[in-house]
Amino acid sequence: MLSIAVQLASTPPQLLPAREQMAFTLATHILLVPFGVALPFITVLMHYRGLRRNDPVALLLARRWSAVMAVQFAIGIVTGTVLSLEFGLLWPGMMGRWGDVFGVGFGVEAWAFFLEAVLIAIYLYGWRRLKPWTHWWLAVPLPLTAALGAFGIIAANSWMNTPQGFTLDAQGNPVDVDVRQAIFTPMFGPQYWHFLVAMFMTAGYVVAGVYATGWLRGRRDRYHKLGFTVPFTVAAILTPVQFFLGDSAARAVFNKQPVKFAAMELVWDTDTHVPEYVFGRLNEDGTVSGGIKIPQLDSILAGFKPSTEVTGLTSVAASDRPTATQATIAHWAFDIMATIGSVLILLALWYAWIWWRHRDLPPNRWFFRCAALAGAACLITVECGWITTEVGRQPWIVYFDMRVSEAVTSTRAPGIWTMLGIVVVLYAAVFAAFLAVLLKMRTRWRLADAGEAVRGTLDPETDTPYGPRGQRPPDRVGAAPDGPDTTSGGDR
Amino acid sequence: MADLVAWLIVLAIAAYACAGGTDYGAGFWDLLAGGAERGKRPRWLIDHAMAPVWEVNNVWLIFVLILMWTGFPSMFQAVFEALWLPLALAALGQVLRGAGFALRKPTRRLAQRRVYGAAFAISSLLTPFFLGAVLGGIASGRVAVGTTASADAWANPTSLMAGLLAIASTAFLGAVFLSSDARRFGADDLVDYFRLRAWAAFAALVVLALVALPVTRDDARYVWDGLTGGLGLLMVVLSGVCGLATVLLLLRRLHGPSRWSAVATVALAVLAWGFAQRPYLLPTSLTVDQAAGAAQSLRWLGIVTLIAVVLVGPALVLVYRLDTQGRLEPLTDADTAAAGTPGDDG
Repeated sequence: MLSIAVQLASTPPQLLPAREQMAFTLATHILLVPFGVALPFITVLMHYRGLRRNDPVALLLARRWSAVMAVQFAIGIVTGTVLSLEFGLLWPGMMGRWGDVFGVGFGVEAWAFFLEAVLIAIYLYGWRRLKPWTHWWLAVPLPLTAALGAFGIIAANSWMNTPQGFTLDAQGNPVDVDVRQAIFTPMFGPQYWHFLVAMFMTAGYVVAGVYATGWLRGRRDRYHKLGFTVPFTVAAILTPVQFFLGDSAARAVFNKQPVKFAAMELVWDTDTHVPEYVFGRLNEDGTVSGGIKIPQLDSILAGFKPSTEVTGLTSVAASDRPTATQATIAHWAFDIMATIGSVLILLALWYAWIWWRHRDLPPNRWFFRCAALAGAACLITVECGWITTEVGRQPWIVYFDMRVSEAVTSTRAPGIWTMLGIVVVLYAAVFAAFLAVLLKMRTRWRLADAGEAVRGTLDPETDTPYGPRGQRPPDRVGAAPDGPDTTSGGDR
Repeated sequence: MADLVAWLIVLAIAAYACAGGTDYGAGFWDLLAGGAERGKRPRWLIDHAMAPVWEVNNVWLIFVLILMWTGFPSMFQAVFEALWLPLALAALGQVLRGAGFALRKPTRRLAQRRVYGAAFAISSLLTPFFLGAVLGGIASGRVAVGTTASADAWANPTSLMAGLLAIASTAFLGAVFLSSDARRFGADDLVDYFRLRAWAAFAALVVLALVALPVTRDDARYVWDGLTGGLGLLMVVLSGVCGLATVLLLLRRLHGPSRWSAVATVALAVLAWGFAQRPYLLPTSLTVDQAAGAAQSLRWLGIVTLIAVVLVGPALVLVYRLDTQGRLEPLTDADTAAAGTPGDDG
């Protein structure tokens, strides 16, 4: 951190707070994205199972997940709106010069997101009054709109990595914009599929992790088994797929953003037979301290043979490449992501093996311990992947076309520091409250399920899963009489 | 094509003013609903009425921003540099408001509901004020390409009036919609409660508009001329007629049509501003043609919008239809089989 500050001494003072603020708001928003993109899919899957097999446990799970989705989606909309305002508040220089070149992707994203918001509203609020299958079918397009929204965002980000679709005039301004080229840039495909699968994996492992924890604490009923199996299976199937997608994304970086690749792999001089460093730290003079050095491996990974030439950081001027610190950050983020990804494959294989042999969940406690951790691990990989791609691109906001320092707002540093402070406090409060609400929901559900078990009705859904409510059990606190007024506070 | 995209922006602003404005208005009345006991029923109605649609309504703002930076990047840059502070405050207001509302719903304890409710209600007041002040700053000609951030750009008579008008129109929309929602949810006492407030908000709107006339005459001359002549004046008059119609429709308890006329009142006022500002995006320094982005981008923006209207239009109609037919209901504790815990207020 200190050396970043030193490096920025020659750049505008507002650059550091602007960059920190963008990093902070993105880092928090990205934790919600997997659930916005993939939780609807997992819920719709569970919902299908419930309707198809007339399974009240699956329907209850789907309902509870959609209750979680309601809160999560709202927070995601809030942090997402802030990001779009921040494009103007922090990086007006980038939007002013390049907005019309790469903005159309955002246009797609906005409409897709709009559609998602509409459909999610119908899904969340349609449980009571819509016909069961109508309700389900209205939710089916949800995962597609989520994928389309991701398309727009990744189109914009991959354009920043490999900008094209324009020519520069004498003043250095973009002219002759070709929108199709600007959307389908070389990094788009690899980044998009890698991102999308990461979102589904993360949501799957996190949701499964909740039930794995319950399983470890002795709650071994059908409810927990089903809540674990469906999302975990989705994630486990995608894990090996992600391995290949990640590899092809790294190879695309090697081909299209060689300097970023050099930072990710700590390659100082352009050479063949380049060794691979697992972790380690890059020094200012190009040496690497610490870490495990594996001879030849980097060249082999990049081009399948030891004689592959890998471009080094010194191929461009020092001011045009990430600093030693930034390279180390990108390298560590990349290595952590790759390590966790590889471990998750082992977990997925373990699961597949046991399932293949016994048609049941692994009985081993260690399996569930690992499964419970997989969700958190996945969230870390999401952060790491994003850090790799963003820090690895430094000092460019538009790769080799615009520096971050040229894009930053002219607002003076104290103003942005103040806003950063407020944003951090506000976000901390919002996320703490968000977690508190989720935990509270969980407690209430668990108490209810425990109550049902005590009374001997093992089926947790005592009411009809669809249609108007029947008579509520008298011991339910907060139950209101029938009719349109069904929530608390409406007594008159 | 640039003109078309400029009109798309005006329409998206009008849509946000109407859809998002109704929600801000609900927050305004939440703020004024009184203590926990007295305000319980209005707040219950506000929670119920807003819940299914507020996220959809909020997305219009994102759409406005994207149209701005893709269609007119230089205008986007100028606005965000000159009006940094009010826009930053509006962004913070967005966080407080959305989080406050979203977290209040599933919370049971009274003390926590109070905190979230306060965040929601106060920022419902501040966010439209600052967004209005931004429009006022632009309309008064204080923003040009290269203008640096200064208090003058947004702390001036026109911005102040625009901010207050924004609050008053959201309060008006909110009250009209809540009055009709009250009938929909069978809360007959709240129908008159919000009907009265709709009238009060309209009166405030009229008073503010009359005050704004002399105040902005010299401060925002170009737009003032546009609003008092030609098509701009026609829109202003139509907007006024719709506003009066709303008052009368409420008197006759015709709640369905009153919502349409209230929306028309606000939408026409935004359109009037659009006509008054022609051909400038930033009066009187940057025209639509000067600010236009790459021709191909504008064309694609039009195509994307067209496709989106075909996709989103039916979905939007569906959600509002289901909502007004009362087919959308939140999941209750019974639905998710939740139990009460000690300390819940029920």
